[in-house]
Amino acid sequence: MKEQLKIDFEKILELSDFSEKDIGYKKDHLNKFIDNGFPSKKQENWKFLDLNQIIKKNISELSFYNDYSKTNKIDTSIFIDGLEHNKIIFINGRIEKIDFNYEDKNQIEINDDIEIKDHFDYNNSLISLNNAFVNKYYKILVKKDYSLKKPLIIYHLTNEKVKSKNINLRLNFVLEKNSSLKLIDFFNDTSDKNFMNIFYNFNLKKDSILKNYKIDKSLNKNLKYSFNNIDQEENSISETFIFSAGSNYFKNEINCNLKGEYSSAFINGIFSLQGSQQHEIRSTVNHLVENTKSYQLIKSVLGKNSKAVYQGRIFVDPKAQKTDGYQLSKAILLDETSEFNAKPELEIYADDVKCSHGSASGSLNENSIFYLMSRGLNYKQSKELLINGFMLDVVEKITNTEIRNLIKNIIGLKE
Amino acid sequence: MDTREKDIEKLKDYKYGFSTDIENIKAPKGLNEKVIKFISNVKKEPKWMLDFRLKAFERFKQLKEPNWQKPKYPKIDYQDLYYYSAPKSMKDKPKSLDELDPKLLETYKKLGIPLQEQARLNGIAVDAVFDSVSVATTFKDELTKQGIIFCSMSEAIQKHPELVRKYLGTVIPTTDHFFATLNSAVFTDGSFVYIPKGVRCPMELSTYFRINASETGQFERTLIIADKGSYVSYLEGCTAPMRDENQLHAANVELIALDDAEIKYSTVQNWYPGDENGIGGIYNFVTKRGLCQGRNSKISWTQVETGSAITWKYPSCILKGDNSIGEFYSIAITNNHQKADTGTKMIHLGKNTKSKIISKGISAGFSDMTYRGLVDINSKATNSSNYTQCDSLLMGNKCGAHTVPYIRNKNFDSNIAHEATTSKISEEQLHYCQQRGLNSEEAVGLIVNGFCKEVLQQLPMEFAVEAQKLVGISLEGSVG
Repeated sequence: MKEQLKIDFEKILELSDFSEKDIGYKKDHLNKFIDNGFPSKKQENWKFLDLNQIIKKNISELSFYNDYSKTNKIDTSIFIDGLEHNKIIFINGRIEKIDFNYEDKNQIEINDDIEIKDHFDYNNSLISLNNAFVNKYYKILVKKDYSLKKPLIIYHLTNEKVKSKNINLRLNFVLEKNSSLKLIDFFNDTSDKNFMNIFYNFNLKKDSILKNYKIDKSLNKNLKYSFNNIDQEENSISETFIFSAGSNYFKNEINCNLKGEYSSAFINGIFSLQGSQQHEIRSTVNHLVENTKSYQLIKSVLGKNSKAVYQGRIFVDPKAQKTDGYQLSKAILLDETSEFNAKPELEIYADDVKCSHGSASGSLNENSIFYLMSRGLNYKQSKELLINGFMLDVVEKITNTEIRNLIKNIIGLKE
Repeated sequence: MDTREKDIEKLKDYKYGFSTDIENIKAPKGLNEKVIKFISNVKKEPKWMLDFRLKAFERFKQLKEPNWQKPKYPKIDYQDLYYYSAPKSMKDKPKSLDELDPKLLETYKKLGIPLQEQARLNGIAVDAVFDSVSVATTFKDELTKQGIIFCSMSEAIQKHPELVRKYLGTVIPTTDHFFATLNSAVFTDGSFVYIPKGVRCPMELSTYFRINASETGQFERTLIIADKGSYVSYLEGCTAPMRDENQLHAANVELIALDDAEIKYSTVQNWYPGDENGIGGIYNFVTKRGLCQGRNSKISWTQVETGSAITWKYPSCILKGDNSIGEFYSIAITNNHQKADTGTKMIHLGKNTKSKIISKGISAGFSDMTYRGLVDINSKATNSSNYTQCDSLLMGNKCGAHTVPYIRNKNFDSNIAHEATTSKISEEQLHYCQQRGLNSEEAVGLIVNGFCKEVLQQLPMEFAVEAQKLVGISLEGSVG
């Protein structure tokens, strides 16, 4: 793999117009990645699902080179109906279109010729990989006091043209004071055996609101990794919702730094898995100052051979008195081959805090099924009803009505 | 001032700090085959025992010291420790309690449980382990009548080799982790208990471990076997004299419960925790593991951990037999600069197995407390269930409380529930108690005892009293 990495990296440099500084930076990260490789179960965070093994098993020869010079045709049929929205279209690793038609153009800045500056060092080799190979790097800034009128949907699309490729995406969002953004990540793949590596960095200034919904619904054989870093200032709110169901492998990492007082973070997620799917959510919420709040709810419905992992960590700094931290994960195992692993962690250094976590897993309650069947439903209907109700609980946490209804439709939940 | 007086001077602050003057035989410093052979030789062990040790030592040489734990400690030089020390003249061994070293008896008095009184009035057989070798065993006759074997490990190796050979190392094999393997290679003594079929042990069996000679890592080995349909409750309690250097304690405890048998194992641990600046204190790196081998068997761990500079242990249950039950009740208190990383592992292998974990952690001062637990339900363990509750109480904002549960459910017919909370003693609670005439320290003691009640209730009566006292003593000076 090492040779492959170097060859692919040179190829990319030839075709691109990175500045000297960027090239140096990229090279550093390439070397870092070569040293560390894909994360394996030797690392605590990857203990339950070993990405190195999964990549080896699913993609035999991973290629890091992609020809970004050709444009891809946009298939408009997959666009989401019934909701006016702004678009970023990302096909086969190339951003084809950025469209903020519904918004005041003066209020949003989109910048792509900025130097890659990295202020963080997470000791995460996938971020090094992203930094080394990412093709284009955008920064989207929402100006002070501006709230986007319509949600922004990022379409993550791939088609049969790409196979056994590593695709990287990196976006930076800055929400200035009192601004707000609703962001939907919509995944739709018709390719297979690719490894997607997505890295978002959000910077939430005072009083700003971010709502991020990730929807991975359509079944595909790709492997995905997504890392969200969210830095929050005073009184800001972040809401993350993950619907994790489509890909063969998907790990969502959310790293939330509550740096300003009265800031709050909400992370909700649903796993709905079948076949040999292996999905994971790992969240880290760092309460760094007083009076911050976090809330997490993760529910899993696991079919035959599937495996879900939830690793949630709440960290409370000695300064962060009056913290409220709450975490709950529940799982329904539908088959004897399904597996649920959880590691809900609390790390607390302040005494005046309220933190709790709960985790429960088990099978569907036969008594409830019996109850429904005695009311005239058949076994299948009763089971579906119970599962829908179980998942609906999480969807109801979505604060925006329009998006909540949209997501209900996409998932196929009826009230 | 001669050195002894200096020593005594140093001991002043520690309530249970003392060191008794009995001359010791020591194996030469260091860890090598020679020392292991020396230990085996001194103890007149058969060849299979020596082979067991050497096999463990072979494995030990390949192992690396683990470092994933939360409390870090300075590197231990395993070549700079004495691996064997024993009271010099075994023939001077006291025949009865009255002949025991008065200094030793004094210590037990300080602890609040006079050995004699306890032995006579409460009907407890006490196997006092004094610096690696047993010096007193009581109530042996009564136990013998029932066919119960309760003796030191060295005695068991001599007198009941068939039992020891059959069970030793079946729960903690010689190929286990670093500290367990070290223990297998160099263990000196410990307790051996065998309860025959259908016998309900008429009294609580109890052992006091003491660390005495300076720079001696204590490597105890305890083996308890409960044969079909039997029951035993075993108590273990410890205090240690004050020493400047950190002392290592890596004991192994193996429990085996056959069909319908029940073992209850209770620990009160109050070893020297170091002074208020975090200097000195015991490293308590103990491996405790129980195997519910038979159907309907039950193993229950109860622990009150208040001492030691670093406590790092996970009393575990392997629920192999169908319908077997594992329980874990724990109170861990850390004050000043103490660190604890403790919890349990419940490994469900058999059908209809159940486990329950109740863990209460209290941290005060500059201390750090971690609950780390594993609940693993195997794909064949149908209809199993686990309930876990771990609560932490924080006193002051210089300490930390952490919860790291690992939950693995591979069986769709099984249920796991886990809950954890972290909080502090509220002003209202304190105010209410003070209003009723308690001073702030008493108020905290009362609230903490209430917080721990679920676990304290599990302890046998005599222990519960001592444990409650310990909870109070451990938190002295942490409020106000």
